[in-house]
Amino acid sequence: MITLAIGLSIVLLLVILFLLFRIGTLASIFRGSTQRAVGTTKTSNKVNSLLMLLFLIVGGAAFAWSFADAWDDMNQPLASVHGGWTDSLFWTTMIVIGIVFVITQILLFWYSYKYQHKDEKRAYYYPHNNKLEIVWTMIPAVVMALLVFAGWKTWANITSAAPADAVVIEVMGKQFSWLVRYPGPDGKLGEANVHLIDATNEIGVDFSDPNSMDDFMPREIHVPKGKPVLLKIRSRDVIHSVFLPHFRVKMDAVPGMPTKFWFVPTKTTAEVRTEIGNPDFNFELACTEICGRGHFAMRFILVVDEPEEYEEWLASQTPFIEQNPQLLTKFTHDAKEQVVLEKSAEEVKTEL
Amino acid sequence: MASTDISLNKDVHHAHDEHDHHHDQNFFEKYIFSQDHKVIAKQFLFAGIFWGFIGGFLSIIFRLQLGWPEATFTFLEPILGNWIVNGKLDPEFYLALVTMHGTIMVFFVLTAGLSGTFSNFLIPLQIGARDMASGFMNMLSFWIFFLASVIMFWSLFIETGPAGGGWTVYPPLSALPQAISGSGLGMTLWLISMALFIVSQLLGGVNYITTVINLRTKGMSMTKLPLTIWSFFLTAILGLLSFPVLFSAALLLIFDRSFGTSFFLSDIYIAGEALANTGGSAILFQHLFWFLGHPEVYIVILPTFGIVSEVIATNSRKPIFGYRAMIGSMLGISLLSFVVWAHHMFVTGMNPFLGSVFMFLTLIIAVPSAVKVFNWIATLWRGNIRFTTAMMFAVAFVSLFISGGLTGIILGNSALDIQLHDTYFVIAHFHLVMGAAAFFGMFCGIYHWFPKMFGRMMDEKLGFVHFWLTFLSAYLVFMPMHYIGIAGFPRRYYSWTGFDAFNTFTDLNSFISLAAILGFGAQLIFLFNFIYSIFKGRRATANPWHSNTLEWTTPVNPGHGNWPGEIPTVYRWPYDYSKPGAAEDYIPQNVPFSQTQSSNLPYERDLE
Repeated sequence: MITLAIGLSIVLLLVILFLLFRIGTLASIFRGSTQRAVGTTKTSNKVNSLLMLLFLIVGGAAFAWSFADAWDDMNQPLASVHGGWTDSLFWTTMIVIGIVFVITQILLFWYSYKYQHKDEKRAYYYPHNNKLEIVWTMIPAVVMALLVFAGWKTWANITSAAPADAVVIEVMGKQFSWLVRYPGPDGKLGEANVHLIDATNEIGVDFSDPNSMDDFMPREIHVPKGKPVLLKIRSRDVIHSVFLPHFRVKMDAVPGMPTKFWFVPTKTTAEVRTEIGNPDFNFELACTEICGRGHFAMRFILVVDEPEEYEEWLASQTPFIEQNPQLLTKFTHDAKEQVVLEKSAEEVKTEL
Repeated sequence: MASTDISLNKDVHHAHDEHDHHHDQNFFEKYIFSQDHKVIAKQFLFAGIFWGFIGGFLSIIFRLQLGWPEATFTFLEPILGNWIVNGKLDPEFYLALVTMHGTIMVFFVLTAGLSGTFSNFLIPLQIGARDMASGFMNMLSFWIFFLASVIMFWSLFIETGPAGGGWTVYPPLSALPQAISGSGLGMTLWLISMALFIVSQLLGGVNYITTVINLRTKGMSMTKLPLTIWSFFLTAILGLLSFPVLFSAALLLIFDRSFGTSFFLSDIYIAGEALANTGGSAILFQHLFWFLGHPEVYIVILPTFGIVSEVIATNSRKPIFGYRAMIGSMLGISLLSFVVWAHHMFVTGMNPFLGSVFMFLTLIIAVPSAVKVFNWIATLWRGNIRFTTAMMFAVAFVSLFISGGLTGIILGNSALDIQLHDTYFVIAHFHLVMGAAAFFGMFCGIYHWFPKMFGRMMDEKLGFVHFWLTFLSAYLVFMPMHYIGIAGFPRRYYSWTGFDAFNTFTDLNSFISLAAILGFGAQLIFLFNFIYSIFKGRRATANPWHSNTLEWTTPVNPGHGNWPGEIPTVYRWPYDYSKPGAAEDYIPQNVPFSQTQSSNLPYERDLE
């Protein structure tokens, strides 16, 4: 019954709209506006050009208001050194393009309003002006050159090689979660291989490699404040992307091609919590490359500690293989084989 | 200037004339398997509008999800069936929706629907030709596109769903059915459809280029071409050079999917087993894809540059400002469009040095684009503007192009792209600059050339309502997306509520969805106006906009062959509007200087 009523009212509405449309058409024939060239009828032209001006003023005001209103939500807390550079470059560029935006939009709509059709008027025949063309080619070229230089400098700094003392963390994307591995006291990540992956050994760490023995895989990423952190990023199935919004970090995780990104955290989780007055605040890691059904749910927590707290946390971690000793049985045999293989390879080398 | 004019095509046309007068066509030859460029253009237009509504509708469904993530959508069950599980949209179907929305809008509407319609319709009419160089190839182009459309449409209804790996179909996601169900049959159909689509584009493109080069009427030198033709010409060249690369990428992906090769696959463990594929590069696909993908966005926007330039000049009653600068900037943009593709890949792990090179090349594009905007604004200056619906869309196009284009300066900067890559800032940017803007250019063209296509006028009042609602909603949808993007909200997210960082802007997202629904609703007004006007619209005169270009010298309903008598000869450029001393405020291209002595400029006196 309700569906019928809704259907009928929609039909009625459409009929009314159609009748209005017909009446409008007839009225315009009656007024004789159809006799004039399209776009020169007085009322329509006046209304439309006025609306253009209104759109500029009201739209501009609405934009300014909503921008200011969204300001706080728009600016995620910032907690890395290079994030400071990119944020300031971003807002500088925003100001530059904002100026261009305001000027061009005002000219566009103002001219549309001001030079609306008038019967007695004739447009000004002005086909070109080479001087003007050169001027407005050069100005954007110079501005772009400045932006390119600023961008180059920032980009080069961000992508430069990580300092040797950086904390190394391996982050591996999988459908649909993150796996994290620390190198342990020896500072070296052991070898890994997709063919070694099973339900327990999700990263596929090769435990015949001595470097793997102290590697550990925590449920949260912990990093020390003020020290460089190098993320070694991999994926084991499809492409993912490591996104740490508060650190302005993003890098794809590509199967078969390890990537990396390094940054220096500047604020601890606790500091940000007091700063924004939210005791539940956490740094989050999100995926930003479409990876399937659970793409939107690949959340992982990152904690920034004071260096002392970080050391404590490190000391409290136990190596993965100690937690899962049964894995070793799989490797003792393989390991021997590996050694034999390596030996024979060496033999071949010496022979050559 | 005019002494360099060439006319190669006299003989060709005579042969064609006789053919036309002695041949009666049956229904199929005339309307279905027609070789007439005007009919083919309309076929592309109808197909484009059909796809436009499908693509728009898909976006409304996923906007419902994004606007009201907590709501249940049981009422969609009659349409979506099993894709609604317990009142919730299936997350994989959500991904399929965004994938198909992108594919349909970029390729089927704004490439085939736009170039297919206006290149086909306007090239012969504006250069003074009887038809395309090869009517048969032109027909093939449409029907292969039609076949591609059928396959893509079919893929929407299969059980495992259409392709769901994003319109960029990056492998391994798109290569492995284990990774997402859309990568099964849906992806196979996507690849077949796109392969056919590319064939159709190449057939069309070869034709456009050949026609522009060879079939211009007497006096129509390249420097007398309307900017529309320049833009279609360059678009076709871009397509011809870049689509084959996508074809190769698609082919390699087909091999990886079906024949066990490892072009893009390496070191993968999925669904409980490690795959044997090794040595492939997932990044290689991205390079190949964006080598097409970036020129593709110019394939979408260049034709509208031409259309808008033409409409702004006509309705400002002024010559387009800086005609040669306009051509130069389009040439510059076309050239640069081939060397900027990797700005889509700054954070893929590509060598950072490449990133700096591509940043530099990308930001250069801002220069010719800025020149175009300044020229359009200068054309409005001291004009006598007629606000036809087409003109309103043209002005709005410039506005949207500015708004969307400027943020390209930010995204093209690799350092800034780190934070903004794959966020809603990108969505806002490209929807404004190549989505909304290209749609506005297309509407502009439809309203402007409708009288020549159907011999009737579209209703202007309905056009105004359609325009204002569309313009308003375009800004209401895409401006707020910048805020969401600056906050880092990732794209292709089914819901953001799982993250503390993205648990804001819920009201704004509902607002955007409402604006999107308003915008989609406004298109129904257009649809009504379009269909109604085809049959019942006010009858058009031969030249309702008092325009200079050649198509308006044809009869109201141009027949096969376009001009009943001889093809007019061209004497002047297409932008002699409001020339001082002329009786009318326009002088069509086919009026010789000897008839306009009162308005001739000093150098034109020699041509009298």
